[in-house]
Amino acid sequence: MSHSPAVVTHDQVHNPALQHHFATMEQQQEASTMGMWVFLITEIMFFGGMFTAYMVYRYMYYQAFVAGSEKMDFWWGTINTVVLICSSLTMALAVRSSQIGQRKALVVLLIITMLFGCVFMGIKAIEYTGHWKEHQFPGTNFHFEGPDPQHVEIFFSLYWAMTGFHALHMLIGIIIVGVIAFYSWRGKYGPDYYNPVENVGLYWHFVDMVWIYLYPLLYLISHKHGG
Amino acid sequence: MATSPTPAAERENYLNTEYGIRSWLLTTDHKRIALLYLLLITFFFFIGGFFALLIRLELLTPAGDLVQADTYNKLFTMHGQVMVFFFLIPAIPAVLGNFLIPIMIGAKDLAFPRINLFSWYLLVIGGLLMMYTILTGGADTGWTFYPPFSTAFAKSQVVTAALAIFVAGFSSILTGLNFIVTIHRMRAPGMTWSRLPLFVWANYATSIIQVLGTPVLAITLMLVALDRLFAFGIFDPQRGGDPLLFQHLFWFYSHPAVYIMILPGMGVVSEVVSCFSRKRIFGYKFMALALIAIAVLGFLVWAHHMFVAGISLYAALVFSLLSYLVAVPSAIKVFNWTATMYKGSISYATPMLYAFGFIGLFTMGGLTGLFLAALGVDVHVTDTYFVIAHFHYIMVGGMVMAYIGGLHFWWPKISGRMYPEAWGKLAALIIFVGFNLTFFPQFVLGYLGMPRRYWQYSPEFQVLNVLSTAGATILAVGYVLPMVYFLWSMRYGKVADENPWGAAGLEWMTASPPPTFNFDETPVVTWEAYDYANLKEVPVEP
Amino acid sequence: MVGERGIMSAHVVPKKTYIAVWITLMILTVVTAAVSRIDLGKVSAIVALTIATGKALLVVLFFMGVKYIGQKMTIVVIVAGIFWLAILMVLSMADYGTRLWS
Repeated sequence: MSHSPAVVTHDQVHNPALQHHFATMEQQQEASTMGMWVFLITEIMFFGGMFTAYMVYRYMYYQAFVAGSEKMDFWWGTINTVVLICSSLTMALAVRSSQIGQRKALVVLLIITMLFGCVFMGIKAIEYTGHWKEHQFPGTNFHFEGPDPQHVEIFFSLYWAMTGFHALHMLIGIIIVGVIAFYSWRGKYGPDYYNPVENVGLYWHFVDMVWIYLYPLLYLISHKHGG
Repeated sequence: MATSPTPAAERENYLNTEYGIRSWLLTTDHKRIALLYLLLITFFFFIGGFFALLIRLELLTPAGDLVQADTYNKLFTMHGQVMVFFFLIPAIPAVLGNFLIPIMIGAKDLAFPRINLFSWYLLVIGGLLMMYTILTGGADTGWTFYPPFSTAFAKSQVVTAALAIFVAGFSSILTGLNFIVTIHRMRAPGMTWSRLPLFVWANYATSIIQVLGTPVLAITLMLVALDRLFAFGIFDPQRGGDPLLFQHLFWFYSHPAVYIMILPGMGVVSEVVSCFSRKRIFGYKFMALALIAIAVLGFLVWAHHMFVAGISLYAALVFSLLSYLVAVPSAIKVFNWTATMYKGSISYATPMLYAFGFIGLFTMGGLTGLFLAALGVDVHVTDTYFVIAHFHYIMVGGMVMAYIGGLHFWWPKISGRMYPEAWGKLAALIIFVGFNLTFFPQFVLGYLGMPRRYWQYSPEFQVLNVLSTAGATILAVGYVLPMVYFLWSMRYGKVADENPWGAAGLEWMTASPPPTFNFDETPVVTWEAYDYANLKEVPVEP
Repeated sequence: MVGERGIMSAHVVPKKTYIAVWITLMILTVVTAAVSRIDLGKVSAIVALTIATGKALLVVLFFMGVKYIGQKMTIVVIVAGIFWLAILMVLSMADYGTRLWS
């Protein structure tokens, strides 16, 4: 063989968090961040399927969507939006704490983030219970007084599917923030190695962002004009 | 890297470094995971093949005499779902890609070895759900799950089938994610993008589709499950839902999924054609760009599956036009393979025979695809055997040919042993003959009007159906042969040195089989891809 | 790569910035809630989605740190995700939007 591969040496002080198959911490960090972003675009496409369905049906049945939207609880929806924005702030500050090595602040901020997440889920549970009792869960149990109940049901199907998958993501988020909080408490993360905190943060912000769109699309459809 | 040809058994390599079931089931070595995938998908290949044989046996006679109509529906559904989601989609990426990509780019492993193992377990879980579906009666919706039949009427295991594919889909997503990050971040020094083997480019393009398309399938199947379990009615026309929306979402994934199945095959063929023509691949840059172009354009054409379903005529015109565009990069690939062979010193080893098969059959499958992209012709042949023949020419004639060819090409690297060349050539010939005898008559049948998915047919179609069934029998023999001699060669095959084909590429510069971390030292690449002009060694005739 | 332990020089964003972004997000939430109560006719959906996109942009750029990221690849990845979602939506609507044309 005429080609002969030369040797690369790494004059690296070994970081215990460096996995064997990476040459440097920088490479590991870049791979991990990129992996997270690629994962997030799969999430965009996952929710994107439902947003497409929403767009098509809203285009077809605008009045029914207005009627359905009026059954949403404006205040719970708004409060939940505020809760999630606050949780995103504490999450961002948590990542910052890990970058500058403030272990205590990191743990506290992660726990606050989890608590905000739990508040969100609690409010969502209250809303779900209300909709269930009002026969606003699609299927045989569904009942709607007013014109075009069939298409209002489509609105509610999408509402349950979209917020349901969002809530599932929240639940997963709360759990992994908890795991990260535990390891932070054990002192696993610091300025040298905070990638897992950062990635969980990215996930959390993404889930928040999905809600930023769900809020106006589900709760705030204008009832003042014809589509 | 002058390794003296020590017998494989004496060198430490990824196979003999550890023994025992635990060392396999908990491995994070991409090469071992590739072999785990090989076992899993071979199992499903034979399950899917079993259903295919039953289908062909039923169609031996015009009357529905072997199985009931309902059973027949289940047979073709399970055949499709098993073959597509548990064989074709994981085949080349998860087996050959997993094994080769890190070695080809000079890395020690994929970027996320544990996620790689997790992907395999997801496919196992999906596979178990699929087996559960099959053993409890199977689904009968066709592999496409079209509502409202799937959501409101089918009395079969639709939800578990959907769940199986949902889980298998996440396996596919994570494999794609792993490949994308690996190719971006793990390349050895000097391994620039323009030096990547086309096999790596092909898997990169495939990964883009897996990552961007599969989640849409996942959510669509979830919506079908919600419709079925809780009567959500999102796709139920009786309640204002639009079944065509399902078709849009489904084909948004499932048309590009065809390219998940064919692009890696194109990668294999590029490696093989270049090696056995002893020439640099013609138009390397265009070949790489064409792969990416197919991946992107593949997302713009999905509604050509819906021309007669009632979509807007104007949308149909746009999708018809866009569908033709995919032919351009596909044709570039065929031309460039041919141009690579032109004036090359071609040797007819088994992998090259499969590559020839691929190029010819893919061209036929692709050109008949143009018939189907044309609105007028499509109306005539929609849901006939013409469509069946067309996509089997792509998937079986293209993908499976490339997969088996690739297995032969890299078998010395994977196992450290040579397969028996004469048997290899014989099997390649049998598969080629069997394949064409099975599927060429189906073009004619479809054009004459025989519809797909029926267990009975008019007596005038019998001659062609008998030919097709005879071909399927030959094809089955052709598929069993390599399995037998591959297993045989693991013990009795000639020991392979590190580069039995005299091929270019990093994977041929490490031992066969490679050590656990692929290279003893991280290689530094200073040469272009397919640098056959500067390779001194003469290929050894096996 | 800097530092002897091979760690990336992380851009630590000042607390002030995060809090300013948070306040802006809160204000935008109030605005979008309030605007939904006003009759804006046809443009109300556009206004709501514009505000939502503005909020999403703030989250992506600051909270998710894309503004400070050195890797251009991240931006390519994000743009690809949005672009593919646009393909799905636009080409689906190409069907629904033109079905009633005769």
